[in-house]
Amino acid sequence: METLEIKNEQSTQTITTATQNISGSEILLKGLIAEGVETIFGYPGGAIMPIYDALYDYTDKLKHILVRHEQGATHAAQGYARTSGRVGVVFATSGPGATNLITGIADAQIDSTPMVCITGQVFAHLLGTDAFQETDVINITTPITKWNYQVTDASEIAEVLAKAFYIARTGRPGPVVIDITKNAQIQKIDFSGYTKCDHIRSYRPKPIIRTNYIEQAAALINSAQKPFILFGQGILLGNAEKEFKAFVEKTGIPAAWTIMGVGAIPTNHPLNVGMLGMHGNNGPNVLTNECDVLIAIGMRFDDRVTGRLDKYAKQAKVIHLDIDPAEIDKNVKTTVPVWGDCKETLPLLTQLVDEKKHDNWLAKFRALNQIEIDELITPELHPQTGELTMGEVIHQLNLLTKGDAIIVTDVGQHQMVACRYAKFNNTRSNITSGGLGTMGFALPAAIGAKFGAQDKTVVAVIGDGGFQMTIQELGTIMQSGIDVKIIILNNQFLGMVRQWQELFNDRRYSFVDITSPDFVAVAKGYYIEAQKVSEREKLVDALTAMLNHKGSYLLEVMVTKENNVFPMVPQGCSVSEIRLK
Amino acid sequence: METITKKEFTITVYTENQVGLLNRIAIIFSRRKLNIDSLNTSPSEVDSIHRFNIVITETEDVIRKVTRQLEKQVEVLKVYYNTNDDIIWQELALYKVPTDVIAEKVSVERLLRQYGARAVVIRSDYTVFETTGHREETDALVEVLREYGLIEFVRSARIAIIKASDGFHTKINEFENQQPGEQVFENEYLNNGQKVFTM
Repeated sequence: METLEIKNEQSTQTITTATQNISGSEILLKGLIAEGVETIFGYPGGAIMPIYDALYDYTDKLKHILVRHEQGATHAAQGYARTSGRVGVVFATSGPGATNLITGIADAQIDSTPMVCITGQVFAHLLGTDAFQETDVINITTPITKWNYQVTDASEIAEVLAKAFYIARTGRPGPVVIDITKNAQIQKIDFSGYTKCDHIRSYRPKPIIRTNYIEQAAALINSAQKPFILFGQGILLGNAEKEFKAFVEKTGIPAAWTIMGVGAIPTNHPLNVGMLGMHGNNGPNVLTNECDVLIAIGMRFDDRVTGRLDKYAKQAKVIHLDIDPAEIDKNVKTTVPVWGDCKETLPLLTQLVDEKKHDNWLAKFRALNQIEIDELITPELHPQTGELTMGEVIHQLNLLTKGDAIIVTDVGQHQMVACRYAKFNNTRSNITSGGLGTMGFALPAAIGAKFGAQDKTVVAVIGDGGFQMTIQELGTIMQSGIDVKIIILNNQFLGMVRQWQELFNDRRYSFVDITSPDFVAVAKGYYIEAQKVSEREKLVDALTAMLNHKGSYLLEVMVTKENNVFPMVPQGCSVSEIRLK
Repeated sequence: METITKKEFTITVYTENQVGLLNRIAIIFSRRKLNIDSLNTSPSEVDSIHRFNIVITETEDVIRKVTRQLEKQVEVLKVYYNTNDDIIWQELALYKVPTDVIAEKVSVERLLRQYGARAVVIRSDYTVFETTGHREETDALVEVLREYGLIEFVRSARIAIIKASDGFHTKINEFENQQPGEQVFENEYLNNGQKVFTM
């Protein structure tokens, strides 16, 4: 497995030299450079014009990607942050520019993505007067940011920016908004230099590690007969893939992933027993209610993972490793909480646990998963007749990319299918909107993902509905010349809602029948090579053509209209009541 | 089972003095549709550190979760929650009453003495009294004064001091020194409700 080496930006104090009489805008750009920023996703407008004017002279150091809608900038910054492990940066103007960021900021907040959004604001003397393009960005973004701040004087910019980056990337990462009034952008001051932030007295990024809880946890693990590991994005965010692998391999405990945690160990690792939750695998869901010790690492027991809480793992002792104390006991009562950065806590735990194998227990997962393979996966991935299935497209893609591609997904049926069937050899390879479930995420996120991992193949897998939500970002692909492969899995429905209407609303298909434009023609209108395929015998050739093409490529695949994603834990049911059909 | 019955809790929040922080704190309650009974913001014994007192009637389970979410905010230093047994608290109330009624009726004067009320302003047309005390005490005087033409009544938020607290002077040093502060959390399994979890 390959682990991305993430630059340790935390301890180095970068100080740019003092400069006399420079504008707030220029201080901002110098600060971004000092923070190691190379790529900015943004869109100019009235209240941020001074920053864009300063940027005109900095294009050799800062690459600015002009998106087609500010929401696209946030998702691109998220994609960038998720593949690179660095902080994504967004520029937008005041008013509508800022409000268009909201969905992406909320998405970054719930999925703990480090992001710094810089919004322009009207002149300070106009604040509160309903000035042109004035909106109260700070109050609008307060519930969906880790931190936000309004700058009204150029002298604040350097310190606030340094704090913003420190807050965004440390502890449990998250989005930060800095709103800068136009006068502060224009104002000229003597700049004393940029100092990176490494301490804020009211902010504790990491809780102290308590060795006696590690000991308690190890004792529980060592006495367990049927231990079970659940792992989430915390491992990726903590760059703790190696530490996690060592822990799993020493303890021999079966491990299952949330969709945000997939790739922390390779999909084909012998102890990787599959996906948790509503559309996860049979074994991990059923056996959650049979294990004796549940070890949750860097995950937050989302309701899509737990199903009905009062019937969730009631028989088990729960060990919860998390950097955020607010996650402990939030949804599932913890027996032993292990607060801390899992990069530090996992090795301490690994030292104390016995080297073991749990062959019989592991065999139970395999047996349950085998039922799923026979009844469900094989027909989905290897159909002989009928229309194409979403699963076989992902399966063929796996065979061609061999698990080394970055897969970016949107939200809905195709997302669940892609997460279930895509193979990942590497960490930071599955980019999806997990917590917020934002349709329209994938296309702009794929652009950012590619900027964050330029040596990788980036494939966006998108439904016909979600694609039309941010379709305009084809313009960003066209203009930036970035190489992104796009697969539209077109079932001519808003498939996930249709599936629920079929299962729970007597097939009353209320407004899920969505028509699409000629996607191939649209792509070609943006000078992006494209093709449509609907026959099985042409699928592999079409995928190969897409992957071999130099530059971006759109492949529209027509798939079965009314396929359902199974297994499924229906809402209000326990995870062990998972249905295979 | 105590965690599932609702009771009155006083939350003490130590924060930086920052514009917008009140909103950041308030939305943690409103997001869960929790009604704040009273909210007071004031300076603390440490320069530049503010403290909020928030009174809320809820289950301990919810209060604990809310407390952790409050403490997670970047500009919040420390949050405590306490039951009424753990704290000393007071509320201030003002009562405006017609002066002629008081001047004429001896019984009113006796009542005011009995309730420990003090005259703040005396004018020919009205007099303003103040009392401090617990809710029941200040409420009781309202009921009494209603009979004597109470013109206006207002009561402040609760302010509270935690009996077991050593104040924030030493705490703030820990924060300044980059050392993780002491954090007390409860855990049913390991300590049966005793305060042993610190971080």
